[in-house]
Amino acid sequence: MSAAVWASGLRKRYRRRTAVDDVSFSVARGELMGLLGPNGAGKTTVIKMLLGLVRPDAGEVMLLGRPARDPASRARVGYLPELFRYQPWLTAAEVLGLHVRLAGLTVPDAERRECLGTVGLADRAGDRVGGFSKGMQQRLGLAVALVARPEFVVLDEPTSALDPLGRADVRDLLLSLKERGVAVLLNSHLIGEVERVCDRVLILDRGRVAAAGTLPELLGGRELRLRLDEVSSDAERRLKEVGELTCTGEEYTVALRDPEVIPDLVADLVALGVRVHAVEPGRVSLEERLLGILRAGGER
Amino acid sequence: MSVRVILTIARLTLQEAARRRVLRSLAVLTVLLLAVSAWGFSRIDAEFGDLTSGEARLAAAMVLNLVMFGLSLIAALGTAFLAGPTLAGEIESGIALAVLGRPVRRAAILLGKWLGLVVFGTGFVAAAGLALLLIVRGTAGYWPPEPVTGLALLAGQAVALLTLALLLSTAISPMASGIVAVGLFGATWVAGVVGNVGVALANPGIERIGTVSQVLLPTDGLWRGAMRCFQDPSLFAQFGQAFEAHPFLSIAPLTVPYLLWSLLWVLIVLALAGVAFQRRDL
Repeated sequence: MSAAVWASGLRKRYRRRTAVDDVSFSVARGELMGLLGPNGAGKTTVIKMLLGLVRPDAGEVMLLGRPARDPASRARVGYLPELFRYQPWLTAAEVLGLHVRLAGLTVPDAERRECLGTVGLADRAGDRVGGFSKGMQQRLGLAVALVARPEFVVLDEPTSALDPLGRADVRDLLLSLKERGVAVLLNSHLIGEVERVCDRVLILDRGRVAAAGTLPELLGGRELRLRLDEVSSDAERRLKEVGELTCTGEEYTVALRDPEVIPDLVADLVALGVRVHAVEPGRVSLEERLLGILRAGGER
Repeated sequence: MSVRVILTIARLTLQEAARRRVLRSLAVLTVLLLAVSAWGFSRIDAEFGDLTSGEARLAAAMVLNLVMFGLSLIAALGTAFLAGPTLAGEIESGIALAVLGRPVRRAAILLGKWLGLVVFGTGFVAAAGLALLLIVRGTAGYWPPEPVTGLALLAGQAVALLTLALLLSTAISPMASGIVAVGLFGATWVAGVVGNVGVALANPGIERIGTVSQVLLPTDGLWRGAMRCFQDPSLFAQFGQAFEAHPFLSIAPLTVPYLLWSLLWVLIVLALAGVAFQRRDL
């Protein structure tokens, strides 16, 4: 099966400023890919090029197996733009109806209502969009992105106007999309969100791909930090069995190959007479890694 | 290109006109104009009872054209200010992003908008124009020789102007596109009057101003053709002098080549709008 999106060598210049420079990536079917990067890194421009809203100066895009130049390639694509509005003179239900018609589908009323229900707008279906708050418009935007039974959903800052509860809803929504095998490209400033739900991450910096990969690839393996005393040489040997060991005083850090070994390791250490004060599994956070990548890029 | 998309967008455009109170404000303006003209026509009859029947018909034809001009102005302003914001405004506000993210061609969206506006403008001219003609018949007993052709030409004028506003709105801001379109419309009308003065003075240089402007933007040419349809043809034989350089009386009928040119002009401007919209980054 073809990728949800495949982009190769995308370039875009606005007058003298290069917005996007040689960006290539792909999102597999059913995969959740996060798009990260500082303001002005070219994330939204990349998204708009995927959807034919901005003409790339160079490069090629295939959407769900068809060249993106062909509007029909967007038939099964849902899109929530970053800066958007919906026709303020329409009701929420009418906006969904319009998008269903434009998508060339017939979606029964019950399914549309369910879609509004998913984003928490079930009781506002008959209200004009003009009276909606920014957060409610964003919820409606999510419903619009999801209503035409998409196989690939592009969400550009879907939580920027949402309260913490709304953000949690979006996270649940993303996970349910993943369960249904819908591919998602998620551009979000909320790194924690991306780290929690995404399979892979693409980091853009000044229009270029600064890093890309799965979270374990980007963040390295997990590690285990322990505070121990009365560590015998047997105990040290046992520690070295599970991974590379570094220690400073009472602090022992093991680079874990397999996190499943933790309970057995702790039991064995106790049996060997080690006094265990603390056991803390850890990982470099995506935020630390992102800042590292961006700073390294800035120094070059 | 999908007919479904074109019709969906045309319907949406009409819905917008209806819900955004454009229709209501136009209706209020039109009713005002019709009321004033009904009163005016009844006064012509009452105050100038001693006019010969020919003179009364001339006065009626002139005032009818004057009021029709007001009507065409309302139609032109209404559609130009609807057409201007429709594309540029939607691009600015981000409405266009969500719509164009769908499997639709931009040309289909543009054609849909154009079609919706054409239906709106034509419907307005037909309804308000017919109402005015009936008022004139009721009050002054005057019925123009070619009412249908005249109204069709008035509708053509509105279509030409809204197509121009649509082209402008692919390139410049919402307000500016409406203002520029209406400004050009006014300028062509003035150029047409100036050209008529040239005819009266037998000065080909001044006459050419009107001709050239009528070719560049056919609104004034169509308007003069419409006026001709609302005038009693016997008037020209009787009062030839009065027609010279008169802004609300027309001498020459429209030629078929000019009508064809107007049609081609609309198609060219629409095609240019399509190309400009297609190339635009959102």
